[in-house]
Amino acid sequence: METRLRLLLLTALAALAGCATTGDATAPAAEPPAGTGSPTVIVPQVERRQVRVADVDAEDWEVGWTLGALSVEDFEVNPVYGARFAYHISEDFFAEGLFGSSDAGISSYERHSGSGALLSEADRQFLYYSLGFGWNVLPGEVFFGGKRAYNTALYLTAGAGSTKFAGDNRFTVTLGAGVRILLNDTLAAHLDLRDHILDVDVFGSDKQTHNLEATFSLTAFF
Amino acid sequence: MTSLLHWRTDIVRTWLLALALCFLAAGARAATVEVIVADPFLELRTGPGRGYPVTQVVPRGDPVAVLKRRTDWYKVVDARGRAGWVHRDQMAMTLTAAGTQLDFRASGLDDSGQYRREVGVLAGDFEGANVITVYGSYVLNPNLAAELRLSQLLGHDFDGQIAAIGLSHLFRPDWRVQPFVSIGTGVIRIQPDATQAPEPDSTEQLAYVGAGLKTQLSRRFMFRAEYNKSVVFMDRGDNEEPTEWKLGFAFFF
Repeated sequence: METRLRLLLLTALAALAGCATTGDATAPAAEPPAGTGSPTVIVPQVERRQVRVADVDAEDWEVGWTLGALSVEDFEVNPVYGARFAYHISEDFFAEGLFGSSDAGISSYERHSGSGALLSEADRQFLYYSLGFGWNVLPGEVFFGGKRAYNTALYLTAGAGSTKFAGDNRFTVTLGAGVRILLNDTLAAHLDLRDHILDVDVFGSDKQTHNLEATFSLTAFF
Repeated sequence: MTSLLHWRTDIVRTWLLALALCFLAAGARAATVEVIVADPFLELRTGPGRGYPVTQVVPRGDPVAVLKRRTDWYKVVDARGRAGWVHRDQMAMTLTAAGTQLDFRASGLDDSGQYRREVGVLAGDFEGANVITVYGSYVLNPNLAAELRLSQLLGHDFDGQIAAIGLSHLFRPDWRVQPFVSIGTGVIRIQPDATQAPEPDSTEQLAYVGAGLKTQLSRRFMFRAEYNKSVVFMDRGDNEEPTEWKLGFAFFF
């Protein structure tokens, strides 16, 4: 009788284990330990431990202002100002959004030919956005005097966006390189060089222009 | 006169104190978590990156306060005021004062250890026009995701915008290069170039099917390439079928 009962229990156990480990061919068929005369069912009274997600202030976002000089091809170098947003994906990569505005100057053609203005005042505004990604190629530290060290990174960026200039929205590819210096845990200063590549048809036919921009930005992590 | 001056200084002092308290209160809101080192030691680096040198170690059993996180790195300070950055993997080897483990989970991961949200930027060509797309997707299960796409079209003869929702099916999430197909619907707004054709702006319904490839560049960062075929249901009857290809990057968020 006892052997039959044990056999029944073992079969049930083996079946259950078989179900639990789907596809596992090695279902346990072990004998109960010696000395266990009668089978006992143990209901484990395990208190499930509460795993708490560490509630630590995360600072993956960066936002700030940008100021610099933009050379609008054929239209002089002019001040540019804008905003910058970044989300740091890992220590190597970040996503970046740039917005900027500048007023283009007077082209050499307008200056020397004596003809009227090629563009109206409103069309002279160079307004851009660019969405892209950056790669922190050379992270490191810089030293100021003997007692101060600042974390830095030299990064490369690539983005796509649109530029409103000379009366039309123009597809723009933005390539750049920059240096980020962390002034403290929250504030960072950036120096960037960027090339906005877009087609402009001010002089009749489409012409690819390279509009170089050098900016300084002050950003805060939050 | 002197009393008036005193009175004024008092007001200034009260204001300064109130301001300081406000700052303290604001500071206190950012929770500081305290943990105890359970590994033989915790390595403190000078910056949040694997290349920064380890300048301090905190031995097992010592408490550290966790101040903040940036990507996979945590800034901690020990009882002696030594601060540094510690990687997530090492933070996982710490315990709370009660002896329990805290979950230093990578951002974006849910309870089942899966990434749910994905955001990306793509650029390419939409029937001769340049296109820039921002998309967000929510992973429903390892194979299926719901997507929202917003595009800007910049063409010679027209500009436009597209907003669309759809589903995307990933065939093999375990492969290094993962193929996917997508299907969806939305609206397209077309603004013809006023100097080329004096047509008014139009808003039409659109449906698309697409196929593409994704490949992981790091744990959260990926490259994505896709091809879409759309049908624009024109009001005037003859539907248009633009094709679109684009490349870009995306990340789990």
